[in-house]
Amino acid sequence: MPRWPKPAEGSWTEHYPELGTGTVSFHDSVSAEFYELEREAIFKRAWLNVGRIEDLPRKGSYFTKEIHIANASVVVVRGMDDEVRAFHNICRHRGNKLVWNEFPREESQGFCRQFNCKYHGWRYDLEGNCTFVQQEDEFFDLDKADYGLAPVHCEVWNGFVFVNLDREPRQTLREFLGPMITALDEYPFDKMSERYDFEADNNSNWKVFADAFQEYYHVPALHPQQTPIAVRKPGMGVECAHFQIDGPHRMTTTGGARRWNLPPEYQYPVEIATRSGLLGPWDGPTIEPLPAGLNPGGVEPWGISNFQVFPNLEILIYGNWYLVYRYWPTSPSTHHFEAYLAFPPARNVRERVEHECAAVMFKEFALQDAGMLGGTQAALETQVVDGFPLNDQEILVRHFHKAVADWVSA
Amino acid sequence: MSALLPAEFAEFEEYAAHWCLPTETERFERRMASDMDEMGAFYAAFSARLDEAIEFCDKYPLDELPEDVQRLLQLIHSYVMVSMAVEIFHQPKVVDSADAVLRRVKEPRP
Repeated sequence: MPRWPKPAEGSWTEHYPELGTGTVSFHDSVSAEFYELEREAIFKRAWLNVGRIEDLPRKGSYFTKEIHIANASVVVVRGMDDEVRAFHNICRHRGNKLVWNEFPREESQGFCRQFNCKYHGWRYDLEGNCTFVQQEDEFFDLDKADYGLAPVHCEVWNGFVFVNLDREPRQTLREFLGPMITALDEYPFDKMSERYDFEADNNSNWKVFADAFQEYYHVPALHPQQTPIAVRKPGMGVECAHFQIDGPHRMTTTGGARRWNLPPEYQYPVEIATRSGLLGPWDGPTIEPLPAGLNPGGVEPWGISNFQVFPNLEILIYGNWYLVYRYWPTSPSTHHFEAYLAFPPARNVRERVEHECAAVMFKEFALQDAGMLGGTQAALETQVVDGFPLNDQEILVRHFHKAVADWVSA
Repeated sequence: MSALLPAEFAEFEEYAAHWCLPTETERFERRMASDMDEMGAFYAAFSARLDEAIEFCDKYPLDELPEDVQRLLQLIHSYVMVSMAVEIFHQPKVVDSADAVLRRVKEPRP
């Protein structure tokens, strides 16, 4: 018997009839040809989240982002007017990569008053204007005004910095995000500025990895240790309380008693000792009121809301802290993974230890996902079978692959 | 040898040189390079005074911890790290993590 009511159609999947209920192909996750299509149709067209406004704390703060699949290196900078702008990271003189630190292929961040090309010393201000050309009079009719940095469309939503590599984006960022995501307008992400950032280079297609973080059906099998052995029961299932789809984006909500409200045998001793753990700190500052958009299904008691922002961003909100994942494709069978946990800044050591425990425990189980998904990729690449059955708990996986296919064929 | 930890926690000096590590990367690597007996001994010894250690650190503002207190906090962080192996996986490595690596590239200090 389901614990949570299903829509009138009998299932979440049938509530969205365009999804169908048939088997799903993962050819899109092994095909080099499909990867080429994604390059043009998705990563050169969609709004891509490259960072947070907290990554640009003051005038002159910048970071670079390598978007391998789009053959792009982008520099994002907060100008002297506090505007956030993005530019292609390329000097207009001889095409050198303009901003880098120790190695040109590695991302960098820092603070500067201007960009200075390492090759011939051309300079640009933070608005992208070319301000200095070495031996300018040796050039032929050169007007610096014609040689500003190539701009990249850049917009900020609730502190999330997005770029769009299309010549002319087909939608504004807000139009692209749509009502379900912008219903988080009032969520105070900016209050959570204490960050624990992680990176990995994983041996799987970006979608294969993302798939594991948009369903909880796998949790009892892959992560049995999330439940202490004394109370672990074979055949334990997982059921999400709510699923919702809006354009290419999707979300799910968990509900039910919070881990720390269960009897103590459901927590590890270190969780009880630190009052933190798998689901984060038990206490901490209350965020009130939480915007209604955080729990669009009105689930009570509310657990976690997991927002999947097309194409490669996931925002998991736990109430007074949140978690972000980004999946950057680097080849049909690999991707660069970024994740961070963000908390309101610790006010004392006790809160710092709560955050550390949450960050440590997050990594433990993420390593299980990453360890296994290389195997998923390898097995899919045999292409021996295709046509995989997905259940109602995996509706977001079904929708994700459909959204990708829709963009590719648009 | 001069003490690494506040005198109130002198009983943990034998673990301090090994486990007072400022970054998660170092603590994770130390865990992978340790055996369960070593980690079990540190875990068993420190468990009883974890709460006291946190309270001791909190006699100071977070951004003004004296060096020995910072090391005590590092030991607390290492306790959290070691508890994953001791309580959850019963081995240093995360079960079924295969060749996966997840680098912590940014964290608050201390």
